Amino acid sequence: MSGSLTLRAAIVSVALFAVLLLGWHLATRGSGAAAGMDPEYAKLMGATATQGKSAMPGPLEIGAKLWEHLSRPFYDNGPNDKGLGIQLAYSIGRVLLGYLIAVVVAIPLGFLIGMSPLMHKALDPYIQILKPISPLAWMPLALYTIKDSSVSAIFVIFICAIWPMLINTAFGVASVRREWINVARTLEVGTLRRAFTVILPAAAPTILTGMRISIGIAWLVIVAAEMLVGGTGIGYFVWNEWNNLSITNVIIAILLIGLVGMVFDQLLARVARLVTFPE
Amino acid sequence: MSDFISIEAIAKRYPTRGGGTTTIFENLWLSMGRGEFGCIIGHSGCGKTTILNVLAGLDRPDDGTVIVDGEAIDGTSLDRAVIFQSHALFPWRTVLGNVAFAVSSKWPKWNAAKVKAHARGFIDLVGLSGAEAKHPSELSGGMKQRVGIARALSISPKILLMDEPFSALDALTRGTLQDEVRRICLETGQTTFMITHDVDEAIYLADRIFLMTNGPGAVLAEVVENPLPKDRVRTDLHRHPLYYATRNHILDFLVTRSKTFTAAANGHDPRNVPVVRPGIGEPTLVALAPAITDDIARPAGITGRHS
Ligand SMILES: Nc1ncnc2c1ncn2[C@@H]1O[C@H](COP(=O)(O)OP(=O)(O)OP(=O)(O)O)[C@@H](O)[C@H]1O
Ligand SMILES: [Mg+2]
Repeated sequence: MSGSLTLRAAIVSVALFAVLLLGWHLATRGSGAAAGMDPEYAKLMGATATQGKSAMPGPLEIGAKLWEHLSRPFYDNGPNDKGLGIQLAYSIGRVLLGYLIAVVVAIPLGFLIGMSPLMHKALDPYIQILKPISPLAWMPLALYTIKDSSVSAIFVIFICAIWPMLINTAFGVASVRREWINVARTLEVGTLRRAFTVILPAAAPTILTGMRISIGIAWLVIVAAEMLVGGTGIGYFVWNEWNNLSITNVIIAILLIGLVGMVFDQLLARVARLVTFPE
Repeated sequence: MSDFISIEAIAKRYPTRGGGTTTIFENLWLSMGRGEFGCIIGHSGCGKTTILNVLAGLDRPDDGTVIVDGEAIDGTSLDRAVIFQSHALFPWRTVLGNVAFAVSSKWPKWNAAKVKAHARGFIDLVGLSGAEAKHPSELSGGMKQRVGIARALSISPKILLMDEPFSALDALTRGTLQDEVRRICLETGQTTFMITHDVDEAIYLADRIFLMTNGPGAVLAEVVENPLPKDRVRTDLHRHPLYYATRNHILDFLVTRSKTFTAAANGHDPRNVPVVRPGIGEPTLVALAPAITDDIARPAGITGRHS
C-alpha cells in the first residue's frame, strides 16, 4: 500500500509540475502585453516589452539558458561574468567555513552549558540577547573591524549558525536521562569518558537537529550577505543579474539556491538518522 | 553474623514548599552479613529507593553513614552494582556493548578482546547467548532486564543492589528471572539488597526481609527471618508448611501494622529492630533490644535475644 502511495504521490507531483510549466508558458507567451502599457514604462521594461512579449521569461527560455549555464559552469570572464558553478562554489565555501567554525565553538560550549548549571545561568543572558539579532546587523561592524568583505561574510554565517547549535547542544546535554548518568556514576566513569561515551551519543539526535537548523539558516543568510558585500557568490550573482535586468538568470539562480539548500538539509538528515537510536 | 553492610543512623529530609522539612526517615539502622540476600518491603513512597540510592552512593544521607566491609562509603563505587528498575541500558549500544561498557569501566587496562570475552561470559550466564549483537529496542522487557543483570554482575561487585528489578515484567518472565537470580546469587555467594513489592518474591529470594512502615517518618519496623529451607523451589513454595505463616505475617504488616506502627508507642529501638521468625502458629520473636522487651505488646513466643 505504501508503495502505491509513493507512486501516486510521484504522479501527482509530476502532473503538478507539468501544469505549472504549461501555465507559466501560456502566461508568458502573451501577445500585445505592451499594448495597454504606458510607453515610457514599456521602454523601461526593455526590448521584450516593446516587442509585445512578456518581460517575464517563459520556461523554454529558462531551460535554454539553464542548459547554457550547465554546459559551461566554471568559465571566468572577469569580476562580473563568472560561471554559475564558480559563484555557487564561493557561496558554499563561505557557508561551510563559517558553519564549521560555528560547530567547533557551539558544541563544546553547549556541552559546558548543558553540564554546568552555573555556566548555564551565567551565559544565559548573553545568549538571550545575542540570539535574536539579525545576522546582517553585524555586517557593518564586521566590515569595519575585519576590513575584508569575504571574511566578514564568513563571520556573519558563523554568528547566525551558532545559536541553534549552541542551544540544542546545551538542551540535549542537560536532558540526558538521569538513569544513564547514574549508570555511568555507579561504574565510576570519568568525566571525559562520560562526556564522549554517554552524553554525546545520548544528546546526538538533539545536537544534529540544531546542526540541521543552522545549516538552513546559514544558507538563507549567505545570499543576503553576498548581496551586501558583493564581489562573488550566488547572492552577488542574483543582485548583479537583477541590475542587468536578466530575470532569466535570476530565476535560474533561485532554482539553484533551493536545490543546494535541499542537498545540505538532506545530507544532515542522513547523518541524523545514523546517530538516532530507537528506544 | 559480622556486619558486612552496616547502615548507621541515616536520615533523609527534603524541604517542603512552606519552608519546613519533611523527614522521609531518620535514625535508620540496618545491617546485613556477607553473602546474605536482603529484601526490603514497604508501601510506595516510604523511602525504599532512597535507602538503596544511599547504599549505592547515588544519594547522600543528611545524617549518618553507611559502612561496607569496614569502610564508610563515599559516593558510588564499582564495588556496588545497581540493577535499575527501568533497566537503564544505553539504547545506542548493543547487548554486548552495554555489558562491555561496564567491564571496561572496571578494568580499563584490558584489551578489547579480553573485555568482550568477559562480557560474553556474563551474557551466557543470564541466558542471552545469540543476542549479543542486538540493540535494546529489539529485546523484550525480560531480556532487557537480563542484560541489566549481566551488566551488574560482570563487574563482580561486592554488593548487588536491585530496585524492583522485575516489577515491570509479566508473571512468567518474572518467575524465570527470579530463578536465575537465585541460582546465580547462591552459586557465587553474592551479597544482595533488593527492593520489592511482591511478598512471594521476597519469601522466595530473601534470607531476611526488612519491613518498613509508611512515610513520612518511616521506620524499619521489623526484620523477618525466612524460615523456609535454603533449597526451596519457587514452584513448591506454597507447599511448605511455613510458607503461609510467613506470607500472612508480612501481609498483615503491610495491610494494617505498617500504618498504625508508631515508634513511640512501641518503645521501638531503631538500633535493635525486632527479628521475627514465623513458625507454625504465632510468629516467634527471636531477637529484641534487651531494655525494651517488657514494654512490647507483641504476640507470645519470645524465644531469644539478639546476640
Ligand atoms: N527530590 C525530592 N524532593 C522531595 N521529596 C522527594 C524527593 N525525592 C523523593 N522524595 C520523597 O521521598 C519519599 C521516598 O521516596 P522513594 O523514591 O524512596 O520511595 P519508594 O519507597 O522507593 O517508593 P516506591 O515504592 O513508589 O518506589 C517519597 O515520599 C518522595 O515523595
Ligand atoms: Mg522506589
